[in-house]
Amino acid sequence: MNGTLAAVLAVSMVLFSLGLLAALSRRDAIFMLIGIEMMLAAGNLNLVAFWRYGPQPELLTGAMMALFAMAIAAGETAVGLALVLAVYRHRRTTQVEKLNTLKG
Amino acid sequence: MTPWIVSHLFLIPAVPLLAAFLIVAMGRARRAAAASVAIAGQVIAFSLAVCAFLPTLSAPGWRACSNFVWFTFGDIPLRIGWLLDPLGAAMLLMITFVSVCIFVFSTGYMAEEVNFTRFFAYLSFFSAAMLGVVIANSLLTLFICWELVGLASYLLIGFYIERPAAAAAAKKAFITTRIGDAGLFLGILWLYSRAGTLLFYDHGHGCIEPAALAALGGAGTFIALLIFCGAMGKSGQFPLHVWLPDAMEGPTPVSALIHAATMVAAGVFLVARMYPLFSFGAVNGITPALEVVVWIGVITSLMAAFLALGQSEIKRILAYSTVSQLGLMMVSLGVGGLAAGIMHLISHGFFKALLFLGSGSVIHGCHHEQDIREMGGLRRKMPLTFAVYAIGMMALSGVPLLFAGAWTKEAILDATHRWPVSAAPYYLLVAGVFLTALYMTRQMIYVFFGTPRKAAEHAHESPAALTVPLVALASCTLLFSLVLTPAWPWLEKYLTGEKASLNPALLIQPGLFTALLVVAAGIISGAWFYRRAGRTDPLETAAPALYRSFERRFWIDELYAHTILKWSAFAARAAALLDRYVWDGAVRGIARIARGVAEFSVNCDERAVNRCVDRGCDATRRFGSKVGGWHSGQIQSYLRALGIGALALFLLYAWLA
Repeated sequence: MNGTLAAVLAVSMVLFSLGLLAALSRRDAIFMLIGIEMMLAAGNLNLVAFWRYGPQPELLTGAMMALFAMAIAAGETAVGLALVLAVYRHRRTTQVEKLNTLKG
Repeated sequence: MTPWIVSHLFLIPAVPLLAAFLIVAMGRARRAAAASVAIAGQVIAFSLAVCAFLPTLSAPGWRACSNFVWFTFGDIPLRIGWLLDPLGAAMLLMITFVSVCIFVFSTGYMAEEVNFTRFFAYLSFFSAAMLGVVIANSLLTLFICWELVGLASYLLIGFYIERPAAAAAAKKAFITTRIGDAGLFLGILWLYSRAGTLLFYDHGHGCIEPAALAALGGAGTFIALLIFCGAMGKSGQFPLHVWLPDAMEGPTPVSALIHAATMVAAGVFLVARMYPLFSFGAVNGITPALEVVVWIGVITSLMAAFLALGQSEIKRILAYSTVSQLGLMMVSLGVGGLAAGIMHLISHGFFKALLFLGSGSVIHGCHHEQDIREMGGLRRKMPLTFAVYAIGMMALSGVPLLFAGAWTKEAILDATHRWPVSAAPYYLLVAGVFLTALYMTRQMIYVFFGTPRKAAEHAHESPAALTVPLVALASCTLLFSLVLTPAWPWLEKYLTGEKASLNPALLIQPGLFTALLVVAAGIISGAWFYRRAGRTDPLETAAPALYRSFERRFWIDELYAHTILKWSAFAARAAALLDRYVWDGAVRGIARIARGVAEFSVNCDERAVNRCVDRGCDATRRFGSKVGGWHSGQIQSYLRALGIGALALFLLYAWLA
């Protein structure tokens, strides 16, 4: 464990916290998606960091993992955006506090 | 080589039966057609009977049967068949001939009847059933036809259904004969269980052929007596004679048919047909079964002759005379005079049909008055009826030499005289002959002599439709005696299966003088005693108690009403009570138990199971609504909870580690 890894992890933590903040506080679904993407990016950053400063950096395992996660994140975002579009077409809004039909 | 007619003997009853159905199918409006179809059917049956009669002449004691399998029950084939022998052939001829006469008479007598076609359908059916009895070679088919005869008699006695008396008489006839038939049926079952067949003759294997009879052993007597029960019912023997006089409620041609050709003849015929069973193992011609037959016959014959003296309805007198003559025939069969009994049955068929149709002619002439006390002096107004009625009366009384009834009666007396068991039946029968002459003289005097009383004042001679059959029957009664005389006893030898020979010397016999004496005494004393016959009977003036007991028929009907009828009514009521309270009670008890169980189960369901389920549902619902309240619907609040939870888990992990 050295200072560089800690710095990267700190950046990752800030990124994750910002993402979480965005996902929790923004009222627009699009921004929530962006926040979620930021959290995912923080996760990927962690993967890469632990690989780069891990015991076997020559095996490319972490990079591969991050690459796959990004691909999956892209698909997930596409689905999320499609959902938001569908909701918008239906409700004429993307404000999440108006989308409360899940209320019990 | 059996002739063609034997295997086609069924055609004889089939033709009248077909005629009956045809008449029913034609409808009520076709009156003339109905009568012609009925008469044509009967004439065809008569011609077929002649065809059947001819081969029986070929050899003495000729007999042929045609048996076939009716149906197979499991692996037991049920065989029935037709039987042609002198007994059957003679009966066929008599029945069909008398039926033709009665049918023709009916066209005139029933001319104004609304249900004319129905009447002829029934008549044809009646005659068909009786012919079926005669040709049957199986006790089973005989029994079926026997019951059909009973049904037809029920329909015809109750023909005037609108009259309660007729309906009651029909019921009485049906039920009384049914009591006898129950015995007959038991006898048939017993015989079948022992002999294994109900065919009369089957080339040595039939139930009344020696091989089967020998196997019966002691049961034979009881079977014979059970079968005789059936004959007693049908032939009106004491104590089942009560239905026969009541049967006079039917139209007169029906009375003639019942009393002459069908129904009552069936009983005598049955005994004659089953004679080998009755007489099997006879010592000196005596068996226990035959002895019973003799005594029943004697009682019936004498009792009915007495009762006839106290009757004032023209047909009832004849009815009792029939009962009396049937008793005579039974005696004859019982003492071994089989041929004499059958000869009397046949000659009785002719002259009794003549008398009944004659009385029908009288009733028709007197505008449907049947009480002889209202008649009188008809000899001048209805000369033809008077002449034929006198022939019938003399035949019935047994006036010797000329009349058929006399020869046969004499043969019966002769046979009874030779009965080794007891001399009593002979003397009782002689008394019966005297009484017969007496009551017939009484009837003749009341109806045809003296001054015309109320109903006879406007009497008129009947039309040809009524008189032609009368003349035919009267000439038959006279001509029939040709084959009966002891000089040339053709019919007797024909029936017993021997060859007849002509011997004029035998014509004069001691029995002839006895008969002449008794009959003359009867007629003369009758003529003297009833010389002043009027509204009140001379016997009623002379011996009121005696007359009353004859008139009330020895109170036998009352006795039955107070014993058997009362007992059966009591039994019926007891059965009803048993049904209502015991069996019904048991059923209701079971129903109550079942209801109790059902109610208990309902309570369990509603109180226990349903309540548990309801409580569970309520709790679930309450919990659901409480938990549901936590759902704000705001995604971000969910996310917040998620984040806080994750953080809490993370901190917990950090703290634990």
